[in-house]
Amino acid sequence: MAQEKTELVEMLRKMIMIREFDLLAIELRKARRIYGALHPYVGEEAVAVGVCAALAPTDRITSTHRGHGHCIAKGADINRMMAELFGRVDGYCKGKGGSMHIADFAIGMLGANGIVAGGMPIACGAALAAQLEDRGGVAACFFGDGATGEGEFHETLNIASLWKLPLLFVCENNRYGAGNAVESVRRVIDISLHAPAYGMPGISVDGNDVLAVREATAQAVERARRGEGPTLLHCKTFRSLFHAMRDVPPPETRAPELLAQWKARDHDPVTRFEDVLTGRGLVTAADVAAIRDTVKRDLEAAVEFAEKSPYPDPNDLLVDMFAE
Amino acid sequence: MREITVTQALEEAMIEEMERDERVITLATVRAPALENKFGDRRVRFTPISEAAFTGIGLGAAGSGFRPVVHWGMVTFSFVAMDQIVNQASKIRYMFGGQADFPVTYRCTTGGGAQIAAQHSQSPYSMFMHLAGLKIILPSTPADAKGLLKSAIRDNNPVVFFECSRLAGITGPVPDGDHTVPIGVADVKRAGRDVTVVGLAYYVREALAVADSLAKEGISLEVIDPRTLVPMDAEAIRASVRRTGRLVVVDEAPATCSAASEIVALVTEDAETFRALKSPVQRVCAAPVPVPFSPPLEQAALPDRARIEAAIRRVLQKT
Repeated sequence: MAQEKTELVEMLRKMIMIREFDLLAIELRKARRIYGALHPYVGEEAVAVGVCAALAPTDRITSTHRGHGHCIAKGADINRMMAELFGRVDGYCKGKGGSMHIADFAIGMLGANGIVAGGMPIACGAALAAQLEDRGGVAACFFGDGATGEGEFHETLNIASLWKLPLLFVCENNRYGAGNAVESVRRVIDISLHAPAYGMPGISVDGNDVLAVREATAQAVERARRGEGPTLLHCKTFRSLFHAMRDVPPPETRAPELLAQWKARDHDPVTRFEDVLTGRGLVTAADVAAIRDTVKRDLEAAVEFAEKSPYPDPNDLLVDMFAE
Repeated sequence: MREITVTQALEEAMIEEMERDERVITLATVRAPALENKFGDRRVRFTPISEAAFTGIGLGAAGSGFRPVVHWGMVTFSFVAMDQIVNQASKIRYMFGGQADFPVTYRCTTGGGAQIAAQHSQSPYSMFMHLAGLKIILPSTPADAKGLLKSAIRDNNPVVFFECSRLAGITGPVPDGDHTVPIGVADVKRAGRDVTVVGLAYYVREALAVADSLAKEGISLEVIDPRTLVPMDAEAIRASVRRTGRLVVVDEAPATCSAASEIVALVTEDAETFRALKSPVQRVCAAPVPVPFSPPLEQAALPDRARIEAAIRRVLQKT
């Protein structure tokens, strides 16, 4: 029970960290203190945290262009993430990758990816490696509803099923592929319906309910570790903010009523989980406020770490091209 | 020394490397009974025709501790996997700050001359050379094919290994034992004094045939095979051109932005080599057309001995 409480509180802390990390990143970008493009994960925190809570530290994942949440959920160091956004040498990629290419192979985070569905075959390769290693490892690939339009989605589902690979397909259906609503690009909205066509179980789950996501993932992971093959998990969530920003966030064009509905306290994944934990008497409102304060202090420290880190030396431009 | 074909040499390399290192696995759409019988279907994966997926699977397995050898079949089919090659494999190490290695080898056949028309007669190595991040190999002899494939599999980077279709059945001496050839080292296939001829793949042999024929006239050709296109052994080619003062580059890819163009640029932008040139350099390449089917048209599209010889005579003209 104590362990379960510790785990649940840590899940809440990670969800708050993801939320605050991306809200801070938006402010830093507007202030031109960081560079490039940002794709905030705000509103989808329950998916990354719920899935990673059911994985072992040695399991491997691949991420997407909207990848900060997956990094934090898998246990990445926010100092090194922040330094990467600042383009500094202590960033995860020594400033060579930026927001869209954060990876931490030491914790099994095989990389964010700027190409829709691009990480799916790579995760499938990690699952093949796990199968050959035969130590019960699994891999999980995160992708959006938009990825289902790509050939790599279908090819990877087929091969993973054919070879019974220990792979978990996690569709984050946030209802938008870049600027397009999912209804405008697909006839079938329930992504899990692809699963039977490829001979694997499909599970549709409330993607804003972190415990439901964790439970569904645990089932899929069990199956994968038993050698029975992959599962397609369809997590129904909502992208609370924009697809991407450069210097300023793009104007919001979605209906205010729709946004209000998803951002309501009982819909938003973070407040919803806060209320579950306070309702069960596991934390108090004061505990949650304290978590939020700690997260904000940690993020301030991360910004300080990033700003103290030097820019990469242009003389090192060619370093890391080829391995010895 | 025993003589075997390029195909046999490549199969030997695969068997030896799979014996040497159990992390070596293979992915291909065509079954390889010799490998499958020896190493089993866990390590020798027969894949669906899903190039994008298995190109990325090789990359992901490489980043997870294995050494996959992925065979695309013809290079033609690699174009279906361009996202995984261009956006992923060629960039993954640098983009992530060098935190992991990706020892994956992508094999494919290449080249024309077999009357299989436009889509199946391509030589697009320069498209891959253009992507910083891939090593590119193009051997012309059985010994080089075996030695370079073994080096490619042991290399800790993504390597694209081109196998010229017209050379598959040719025989040549291959040393016994663990024969490897270093990546990035050109080979002088014939020493000479009058003209440096750089040939690629099939056209190394054709250049050697022209060298035999012109030797009867007292014209001495030095024939160089780069063997590796990335990294290119520019210094070996420059050193030869500084001696001969003349350069002809022969390849069956069209000339625009080609490996031949790159070789010419590497030679001519070097001041000392440029000063040693006695005549303008020449490229003998394919016509800028999709390779046509009908034999007379295909022959007209691809370089041949007559065109190589004509280019050599042009660089030998007094200017």
